Amino acid sequence: MDNWTFGLTMLVVGMGGTLAALGALALMMGLLKKIFPVKEE
Amino acid sequence: MFDAILNGLSGLGAGVVSLHWSNPIMIAVGCLLLYLGIKKDVEPLLLVPIGFGAILVNIPLADLMGEEGFLRVIYNMGVANELFPLLIFIGIGAMTDFGPLLENPKIFLLGAAGQFGIFLTIGLALLFGFDKLDAVAIGVIGACDGPTAIYVSSRYAPHLLAAVSVAAYSYMSLVPIIQPPIMRFLTTDKERKINMSELSSTTPASKATKIVFPIVVTIFGGLIAPNGLPLLATIMLGNLMKECGVVSRLTKATENEIANVVTLFLGISIGATMDGRAFLTSQTIMILVFGFVAICLDTVCGVLFGKLMCVMTGGRVNPLIGAAGISAYPMAARVVQKEGLKYNKFNFLLMHAVGANTGGQVGSVMAAAIMLSVMKGMGIIP
Repeated sequence: MDNWTFGLTMLVVGMGGTLAALGALALMMGLLKKIFPVKEE
Repeated sequence: MFDAILNGLSGLGAGVVSLHWSNPIMIAVGCLLLYLGIKKDVEPLLLVPIGFGAILVNIPLADLMGEEGFLRVIYNMGVANELFPLLIFIGIGAMTDFGPLLENPKIFLLGAAGQFGIFLTIGLALLFGFDKLDAVAIGVIGACDGPTAIYVSSRYAPHLLAAVSVAAYSYMSLVPIIQPPIMRFLTTDKERKINMSELSSTTPASKATKIVFPIVVTIFGGLIAPNGLPLLATIMLGNLMKECGVVSRLTKATENEIANVVTLFLGISIGATMDGRAFLTSQTIMILVFGFVAICLDTVCGVLFGKLMCVMTGGRVNPLIGAAGISAYPMAARVVQKEGLKYNKFNFLLMHAVGANTGGQVGSVMAAAIMLSVMKGMGIIP
């Protein structure tokens, strides 16, 4: 594989993958907060 | 008799005679690192052992990095097999409070944007003729996360380990100098004054959420990026131990004894890779330059993403917190708070910035994990 293809793939899949993964985690955390809400004293 | 005395004296001078021109320079570099650590308080826990290791390895004939040398033994024990950075990650996880991030999970996205510099720098390094694995090791300086940089470079470009580690830790400590001009350049006065404490609608996370968080991140991250699971799993194990509260002895050990011993061994081993003959090359200078560029690009991408979030939320996000999306914890969050206060003395961005900063910690590990898995998918690594 040439450097150009490798670099471009890293940019697209790496940056996109990181953003998508953390976006999915953010959604999961929002969901977790609904499943386990803070209990009132 | 006279010959014996002469031979004895020549034995005493053998070290001096064997000095390569690069050795005194590197001994001076080691002294400089010691000075920065001791006198200027720049990452002393790392720079002191690194500086001393650099001095030791540049004293000829002692052969401390030879097959039987004690520095080689330590290096093989935990750097060559990537164990030390992982052990440090358990301690980092145990010391990190993800509460501010869980209060406002949307700012997780800033932790992703703060890693874009890694991938942009990989592209730049490739353009400048570095091969693929070297470019990846250089780009990972942009993770702004010492253990991640050491893990990746020791595994895939061990010949660059010293330069990458020194760059990663040096630039982390320079975050308060590097970031503010970029933050000011990319934001307007009005944006910098946005008061998030007035607009915030965050809700606190329960103890159960904090306990489940590291388990979910480990399983999810492991499934999409199995090659980086050691990085994710160790930081999350440390955090799980902290949050569950039932293994406080282990948590304290990972925060203190284990982290301290490993930091010493890791530092001296990295210093031991700074042999002048291998370190003083134009490649090292290029790596230092690329490392700087990587951290600048992280900040640029983080702040620009903050601006995007500001627009999308109708002005409820202060773009400055985007700069905290890098992993340098807690320096980046402090820089954001300080900058925010300069423009609005009633603006307390700290908790939001800490949230973005811890998001950056997960983001840097996730970015490295994804990078390794993408490389495996492309057949670049086994």
